[in-house]
Amino acid sequence: MKHIISVLVENKFGVLARIVGLFSARGYNIASLAVSATLDPKISYMTIVIESQDEKILEQIKKQLNKLINVVTVIDFTKKEHVGRELVLANVKYSIKNKARLGVIFSKYIGKIVYHKDDTAIIEAVGDQSQIKSLLDELNKLGVRELARTGQLAISKKIIRR
Amino acid sequence: MKGAKILIESLNRAGVEVMFGYPGGALLPIFDEIYDADIKFILTRHEQGAAHAADGYSRATGKVGVCIATSGPGATNLTTGIANAYMDSIPMVAITGQVKSFLIGNDAFQEVDTTGITRSITKHNYLVKDVKDLSRTVAEAFYVASTGRPGPVLIDIPSDVQMADTEFIWPEVVDMPSYKPTYFADPGQIKKAAKLIAKAKRPVIYAGGGVITSAACLELRKLAERIKAPLTWTLMGIGCFPVTHELSLGMLGMHGTAYANHAIMGSDLIIAVGARFDDRVTGRLDVFAPDAEIIHIDIDPTSISKNVKVDIPIVGDAKNILRELLEQIKKSPDTGEWLKTVKNWKKKYSLKYKDVGKIKPQYVMEQTYESTKGGAIITTEVGQNQMWAAQWYKYAEPRTFISSGGLGTMGFGFPAAMGAKMGCPDKQVIDIAGDGSIQMNIQELATCVANKINVKVFILNNGYLGMVRQWQELFYKKRYSQVCLSSPDFVKLADSYGAAGILVTKKEEVKPAIDKALEIDNTVFVDFHIEPEENVYPMVPVGEAINKIIGGLA
Repeated sequence: MKHIISVLVENKFGVLARIVGLFSARGYNIASLAVSATLDPKISYMTIVIESQDEKILEQIKKQLNKLINVVTVIDFTKKEHVGRELVLANVKYSIKNKARLGVIFSKYIGKIVYHKDDTAIIEAVGDQSQIKSLLDELNKLGVRELARTGQLAISKKIIRR
Repeated sequence: MKGAKILIESLNRAGVEVMFGYPGGALLPIFDEIYDADIKFILTRHEQGAAHAADGYSRATGKVGVCIATSGPGATNLTTGIANAYMDSIPMVAITGQVKSFLIGNDAFQEVDTTGITRSITKHNYLVKDVKDLSRTVAEAFYVASTGRPGPVLIDIPSDVQMADTEFIWPEVVDMPSYKPTYFADPGQIKKAAKLIAKAKRPVIYAGGGVITSAACLELRKLAERIKAPLTWTLMGIGCFPVTHELSLGMLGMHGTAYANHAIMGSDLIIAVGARFDDRVTGRLDVFAPDAEIIHIDIDPTSISKNVKVDIPIVGDAKNILRELLEQIKKSPDTGEWLKTVKNWKKKYSLKYKDVGKIKPQYVMEQTYESTKGGAIITTEVGQNQMWAAQWYKYAEPRTFISSGGLGTMGFGFPAAMGAKMGCPDKQVIDIAGDGSIQMNIQELATCVANKINVKVFILNNGYLGMVRQWQELFYKKRYSQVCLSSPDFVKLADSYGAAGILVTKKEEVKPAIDKALEIDNTVFVDFHIEPEENVYPMVPVGEAINKIIGGLA
């Protein structure tokens, strides 16, 4: 089962290693991880996506996360209302044929060309998990040369008390 | 003020009386300050000895133990001792020197990534990159180490930070918004627990090291007596309740008493206090205590429902919770029948050994108890010696049994005894050792003699790595693979260090030798040549239900 977990942490060196260590020590692979400072520069916000094989172990990891000295809050969004988004940057071949096909794609998804020169176009697109998945399927048909993804970002629909 | 001096001032403010350690290149500025410091410094002969000594000091006194070692090999030598303290939740502050901050990551001489290496074996660790952070870091380290579920905290200090100048400001209050341990539990949970206790027919209290950490032994005893429930304890819980009390079941688990294991398996309610359902305690999990509902009191939420599903979790400090619980229990359950059953088990499965042939280790422990009137602090190494020490000495007070529980570190007992003696100079401190374990930190004999730290080491010498041999005998067709070991002449060895040595080969020499060792005003090695293939019983094989007890007379 896929879990999206957000963690508010103190913005200090070593904190990321502590968090990641809890997953790796148990043989868990992190599907995606996004980190950045919040409006309070002393605090960072992480969104971690993992595929859990064993709910009991995940429960233990969440408790262990909470136990870390630098962790302020841990929220598992799995059963909570939230908005999840991911941003994708893709380098595709910019041919006349592709130009038309990209037009069709952008009519269905939130995306645009942010850079182009000669036969190269860099596409930016945003969406939730299923949108990104089908967008990538379509882009793949055009020939994606390089791809960078932020991984999921998630935020709760209700304000979460810190 | 220079960083090195700030460290010493901060340790003074934190109330440090003694520290154990070893100097080195990356610590020269700090050791120059130690030269004038008011803190008693014990120079060990190996950094691992320093870490275990700080650990033993902490276990004997309840205070935070402090050890210090240089960068690189100094730090890596500390790690076993740090991991040992971590597994048993012992408050410790470990200080390491580090290469100059601008050299970190350059494979400098004696450089290792100390905070990286110790991340998973400390409760928290710090790399101090700015001297302005040093005093606050020390204050935080002592606070984190000693509060909540205690544990070791490491501070890594680059040598240029030790030499850098800043104003010394000691934070009187530690402010850590993201670290707030829970001390007082949810009253609703306590009420629920009281209700469950009232209707129990076959309750058992299962107490662990957390009871000792929280100084809740009196409250625990009151609870047992109030609800008339038999009480068993873990290795870490030894001393939380008197062995001689009529409700005592002794230790449970793999080498626990048969009656403790039968009682826990037959119970309808387990009240776990400051214990964590370790695999050595529960045995096979899917058949563990099948009829029991479980109340689990622990300060660490990660301990709850980790191995065993808990019905009523209560997170908080054991002492506070037990006090509240005692107030909430209006009516004691009727446990008359249950206590009768338990009493029969105690009679039928009492601890026994066959006292024939060579000296029996159980006999040595019994005589040690007789000679010390139960008033000594017993430390242990790991293996058979540890289990005999756990089973055959009638502990009555907390902090009188000091043993490596979680990590199972051979070589722990001797330096731990040294630390315990520093903390409790008026007590007899005896390390119960094996001939294998004692050789893992034997260099600390020099430390003991040089500092007149008079501890006694009783070597239960069977010429084997006894516990591994026992497993090979029972589960590997007696194919003794690398368990037969030779040892030096321990009497001569002790003598060469300036300590005293006594050789004991006959049963009738045991008691006089113990008495003599206790009288000698020096560190003493007593080399008991015991029955070579004596086994520790009772025993539950790994992966079996804990009432599937094998072997011996149990």
